[in-house]
Amino acid sequence: MHIKEGQHERHTLSVTVSNEPGVLARIAGMFTARGYNIESLTVADISATDAISRITIVTSGTPAVIEQVVSQLDRMVPVHGVTDLTVLGDHVERELALVKVAGTGERRIEALRLAEVFRANVVDTTIASFVFEVTGASSKIDRFVELMSEIGLVEVARTGIVAMARGKEAV
Amino acid sequence: MAKELSGADILIEALCDLGVEVVFGYPGGAVLPIYDAIFNQKRIRHILVRHEQAATHAAEGYARATGKPGVVLVTSGPGATNAITGITDALMDSIPMVVITGQVATHLIGSDAFQEADTVGLTRHCTKHNYLVKSPQRLGDIVHEAFHIATTGRPGPVVIDIPKDVQVATAPYKKPGKIEHSSYKPALKGDIKLIEAAVDMLAAAERPILYTGGGVINSGTAAAQILRELARITGAPVTSTLMGLGAFPASSDQWLGMLGMHGTYEANWAMNQADLILCLGARFDDRVTGRLDAFAPHSKKIHVDIDRSSVNKTVRVDLPIIGDVGRVMEDMVKVWKARQYQKQDLTGWWAQIDGWREKKSLSYPESKDEIMPQEAIRVLYEATKAKNPIISTEVGQHQMWAAQHFHFDAPNKWLTSGGLGTMGYGLPAAIGAQLGNPNALVIDIAGDASIQMNIQELGTATQYRLPVKIFILNNEYMGMVRQWQELTYASRYSESYSDSLPDFVKLAEAYGWKGIRIEGPDDLEAGIKAMLDHDGPVIVDCQVAKLSNCFPMIPSGAAHTDMILGDEQVSGELDDEAKALV
Repeated sequence: MHIKEGQHERHTLSVTVSNEPGVLARIAGMFTARGYNIESLTVADISATDAISRITIVTSGTPAVIEQVVSQLDRMVPVHGVTDLTVLGDHVERELALVKVAGTGERRIEALRLAEVFRANVVDTTIASFVFEVTGASSKIDRFVELMSEIGLVEVARTGIVAMARGKEAV
Repeated sequence: MAKELSGADILIEALCDLGVEVVFGYPGGAVLPIYDAIFNQKRIRHILVRHEQAATHAAEGYARATGKPGVVLVTSGPGATNAITGITDALMDSIPMVVITGQVATHLIGSDAFQEADTVGLTRHCTKHNYLVKSPQRLGDIVHEAFHIATTGRPGPVVIDIPKDVQVATAPYKKPGKIEHSSYKPALKGDIKLIEAAVDMLAAAERPILYTGGGVINSGTAAAQILRELARITGAPVTSTLMGLGAFPASSDQWLGMLGMHGTYEANWAMNQADLILCLGARFDDRVTGRLDAFAPHSKKIHVDIDRSSVNKTVRVDLPIIGDVGRVMEDMVKVWKARQYQKQDLTGWWAQIDGWREKKSLSYPESKDEIMPQEAIRVLYEATKAKNPIISTEVGQHQMWAAQHFHFDAPNKWLTSGGLGTMGYGLPAAIGAQLGNPNALVIDIAGDASIQMNIQELGTATQYRLPVKIFILNNEYMGMVRQWQELTYASRYSESYSDSLPDFVKLAEAYGWKGIRIEGPDDLEAGIKAMLDHDGPVIVDCQVAKLSNCFPMIPSGAAHTDMILGDEQVSGELDDEAKALV
């Protein structure tokens, strides 16, 4: 027997939720319980009164699965709203990474040169290392990390994607 | 300033304000303050079950038979974990239920204290919502909100976990006004544009069918009435899922019987050949659809459901309408009448249906020597139908035979575990239903294996003088397991024989019940009469043909059109793809 697979799409969802205990576990658990994928998940309070958090989830699946993911999120009691930014169309996605690179001499200079090209900031330095802060689309960060690995990459920390629709309206 | 009450008293006050009359529960260390508050009042009746799982099923039976939410009270740790099966059952079947669990004191949470379990963590995915109450100030509002969530939208179970120190600490309590939840706002009214489109489709259909489910029953008795009206004006045939039985009268000419795996030939063929399926409060469950790529290939589909996630979950539909099914049907009837639509000429469609009816798919072999289980249900139905009984079931062959051969003309009379398929549901559900309907005839149609799963509840019925009847179709097998083994595994009956069964008559007597044994066809009517004549609880051990199979049947992974009508069509083995399906 064979297990059927459909064509997968990658979607970025913006979910606003009540900032109550267990809400992240509830949402993450729903994904595992129903066999949905989470490629990236970020969460932080976005309100003045600590009442609402925005969760940005990057998920992948067939169009039917993505529709179910949105519906399943939408029916959860603490969820205020779900927006499929990928369906909405024009939106910006950003990720931040901290990238530690070690090396001396020519390697050190090359690291700085590349950082300049990527508009990465130096947020920590020693005689033999840098920590760069780089922001942008995930593909840009992938590329930066890839280049640094040839120079002396030590470790990487990434935030996951945050995203927002373009234009003046709130979604 | 309002008087300060203990958390336990706040709970009691809130439950009283919410109109709760009965709580099903079992005491323990972490709920002792609540039990002390129960001792000191007379407004709420506490029913002491013998196992926490039974408390949840009793609450489900109470809810299903009365339309009111069922309430459960159990202790921390094992009390809560024992309740989980019933909580999950209520989630799957959309039963309104509030489960109050005790928890260790807040400062002990996370320390692996005695009888500590992470109840909110464990129940997060088997509840509609849950709460851990960290202060008595929040308790009153949370209880009211929990009932609001459990009973509105798509109903379901809500757990409130209350640490012991919160039950003891004091706070003022005030009954809140109307609940306005910040994020939970279920839609009731369907979009009128979509409803108009649906009515247009219905009026133009040549081979329409109404496919109804448990949502019609959850929507209330008015919904069942409006369904009759919708069926009357359209003239369309009506079929229902297991959960929806009773919403439409089985005595109607338009009734096709249940559909799905053990549904009638005419219901499944009508679904297959329809040009329009109007799905009302049902969810295209795998037991209903059979093989998905062969499901109803010629039809447009309209799906009315209060839960958006039910739409397009397994079957793509052409027109989804999100809203309360009763309200949507009401609007459909209004639109139909406003547009002065006339009933389509469905003569050809009904002729086709009558052809399928001639298969008499619910017929069964006759026997003079032994009681056919279907015959036992039929005789039970004939003997009790005038009393308008409430029927609960366990899970298995007896459940399907009851669904096929017991007929319901009203909602809230049929209590069964559909989605989760929980053996041991029927007896506690019958107890709950009897408490909600003290004068009704309540019968648990059971199997010899299932009944043993919550057999301890015989004591509960005895204690509260509840005259529930248990009618066991005893074939000495886990019949449905045996049937699948016969159909799929060449009759290798692995562990499906009910060895060492108790003497059910003696067991009944040990609990203060009456016990009756029916051994052959000649005793059947007299045995049922003796059961009905006894005004207390009765177990009937009805010994039926041991190897009967439940037909018709759509085998696992087959299409509606591949129905098996009898033993002669059974092949005995299936391929791996079919074996892997549930």
